[in-house]
Amino acid sequence: MKDVELKMLERAKQLLESGEVARVIGWKKGEFYFDPAPASFETVEELGDFVYNGFCGANLSKYLIQASKKEGKTAIFLKPCDSYSFNQLVKEHRIVRENIHVIAIECQGKLDIEKIKAQGISAVTEVEEEGESVTVSSLYGETKLNKAEILLGKCASCKGKTHQVKDEEIILHEMPAPINNRFDEVAKLEAMTEDERFAFWREQLQKCIRCNACRNVCPACSCVKCVFDNPASGIEAKANDDKFEEQLFHIIRAFHVAGRCTDCGECSRVCPQNIPLHLLNRKFIKDIDGLYGEFQAGETDNGKTPLTSYTESDVEPNNALGGEAK
Amino acid sequence: MQEVTTKKKEFTPNIVAFCCNWCSYAGADLAGSSRLSYPANVKIIRVPCSCRVNPTFVLKAFQQGADGVILCGCHPGDCHYVTGNYYTRRRMALLFNFLNYMGIEKERTRVEWVSAAEGQRFSAVMNDFVKTITELGENKRLTDLRVKEGE
Amino acid sequence: MLKIAKERLNELYAKINETMGLFMPIKKAGEVNYHVWGEGKEVSLETLKTVKSPKNMFFPQTENMMKFKTEGKNIEIVDVREKLAAAAEDKPFVMFGVKACDYKAIEVLDKVFLAEPVDTYYQIRRNAATIVTLACSKPEESCFCSVFGIDATAPQGDVTTWLDENYLYWQANTEKGENLTKLVETLFEKGGEAEVETQKANTQAILEKLPFANLDLSRFKPENLNELFDDTRWEEMSEACLGCGTCTFVCPTCQCFDIRDFKTNEGVIRYRCWDSCMYSDFTLMAHGNSHTTQMQRFRQRFMHKLVYYPSQNDGLYSCVGCGRCVNKCPQRLNIVKVIKTLGGNKND
Repeated sequence: MKDVELKMLERAKQLLESGEVARVIGWKKGEFYFDPAPASFETVEELGDFVYNGFCGANLSKYLIQASKKEGKTAIFLKPCDSYSFNQLVKEHRIVRENIHVIAIECQGKLDIEKIKAQGISAVTEVEEEGESVTVSSLYGETKLNKAEILLGKCASCKGKTHQVKDEEIILHEMPAPINNRFDEVAKLEAMTEDERFAFWREQLQKCIRCNACRNVCPACSCVKCVFDNPASGIEAKANDDKFEEQLFHIIRAFHVAGRCTDCGECSRVCPQNIPLHLLNRKFIKDIDGLYGEFQAGETDNGKTPLTSYTESDVEPNNALGGEAK
Repeated sequence: MQEVTTKKKEFTPNIVAFCCNWCSYAGADLAGSSRLSYPANVKIIRVPCSCRVNPTFVLKAFQQGADGVILCGCHPGDCHYVTGNYYTRRRMALLFNFLNYMGIEKERTRVEWVSAAEGQRFSAVMNDFVKTITELGENKRLTDLRVKEGE
Repeated sequence: MLKIAKERLNELYAKINETMGLFMPIKKAGEVNYHVWGEGKEVSLETLKTVKSPKNMFFPQTENMMKFKTEGKNIEIVDVREKLAAAAEDKPFVMFGVKACDYKAIEVLDKVFLAEPVDTYYQIRRNAATIVTLACSKPEESCFCSVFGIDATAPQGDVTTWLDENYLYWQANTEKGENLTKLVETLFEKGGEAEVETQKANTQAILEKLPFANLDLSRFKPENLNELFDDTRWEEMSEACLGCGTCTFVCPTCQCFDIRDFKTNEGVIRYRCWDSCMYSDFTLMAHGNSHTTQMQRFRQRFMHKLVYYPSQNDGLYSCVGCGRCVNKCPQRLNIVKVIKTLGGNKND
């Protein structure tokens, strides 16, 4: 992975030095190995903090909404899954494609520090990645972990290694094959009774603190003013005062991104209460696939989405239960 | 058991029916002028087209105490705006499925196509829906307790 | 000092629960937060940082303030405090397992809510609470309470407790603490001073080694207010900020709230709820908003914690170094990065 990082850094330097781009969006070193933050680099000096490692899970594409409207070109590093979000944003005219230079980068699956800590490891100071094994050092000792156990939720059902968009690429090694299991958990919930499902979602959504992290990180949530922030909408609220509001926010949000959600998994990654929000979006994706034919948002940067098109023989809503036409 | 059944009989549901201006609302009119009855607890909200119904409307209705929500529009192919109800059909198929995924009873939501000439059908649809919801009981899963304060 | 065997802790909880409410870190749907204790609940005392901090017990995320009932042309105003006070008197409660940083945070909030004009809603709950703190024995990398002069090995509170592999050690500090001790005394035996001292020494050694132990706060003083405010580096520090409210809602000292009305079938409920300076509609007024960019909102939060609050409270910072924002920020921005950028590290 180190070689990929060096190559990226070298390319970023070239692009900035030659003046081809005005800024490069990537990741910046944090306080530890495991907490890099998204950053925009405008000079070669700033690149001193540049980093790319197993903890660069953040999807950078949403930052382009602002960056692509600035003076000069912006170069951005996109992992395969981020490239779907990029296309979707282009399709919705939220970013200016001509102002962006997309560098497709290699991804071997990203790691989740919370999962490392959940193994009972506290005070982590260093993490070392080596192929499939990860060595975690803490003030209390050293532990060797298997990469598969500590992958980010979204990487545990990876959409695969193909970039949907690129202007150039930095891929030095073979990338993992897609893991086709993303509907397994949805199917499990569908198999439950109504009562069980209700109990499951009550328990999960009760944790919601309405921090809006899921909404603000979501590349599909790009409204200039969200209905939940708009006093004229009638549903504006800053906190969930009632179980209804806990449900309302997540139902409306999931519906609003239905057919546009690329399943990038950022919502679940950022949730401070670890609510499995991706299971909401995946239900819509699964139903759309089942009722209207397979569709992957962000595969292309043009064309209609399932909710902006129809056929005359579409299934009747009363007969659509379970996501399959009866 | 006896007690439970008597209790259910006493329950009169609140039903919100979103009806499109061109077909279903006219259908309701025809039902009225033909002296066909449908239960008084069906509250009709007239919308320009069934596709005007935003998912928020449905949820708001439940929040404010609806026990069932029904959408009525022109038959597919007959939309006054040509394609509106095709979009409704997709949206509501997904939304109602999703509500059920969250554990909301599937019987609480329904979509029916009623033309301006179908007064009879309007009355039958509403009677049937009210009957279903009456049997199902009060909406407890998608309701806001604060609204019901003082009841 | 008193002690009780670890296996008997459930008896202790049950005893307290007989006459008082008991809130403690409990795991529910995978996450540890303060919940009401009950038989069979998954207690997690060793969890250093509950997702929501204990402030939620005194200053809940949403809280009804009053109700307006309308009937014809009459409006009746219902003060919910009467009910609240009656409930509090009827059943005072114990907060069990509060860590040193979170206890300090309650002191920070006291200065805001109990100063004139007193926030009676907060006061009612605060007075009804007996706080049992728990010393930390395994601090983690994101902890930096020592920077704010907090001793994680000997937290304050009505009762201080220490937990090792075998025993929970118990030391009452205040009258409220003595009263609670009397209630549960029969379950305890005497002793434990030596064990507690050993644990303190061990923890202290770890605390010194923590990566953030040497943050330098000396620049964050009222006299540097303008200089810090105008620092050009805020732009760069805040550029990845999403404007979500995670840091403010998990923070044990963030205290901003908004007041809203909700229409019911018979009138209006006026309630308050947590607000976040990270939100675009924070302090929204008729003329618009005083903070128009995310950089300004971001700056507001850290200036409040490190400069504004201390300048009004004898230098007391309104950050306690719990590290929740370090762990929870979706894009890994946090107060440590701000302190390091603007203030520095003592070893640098």
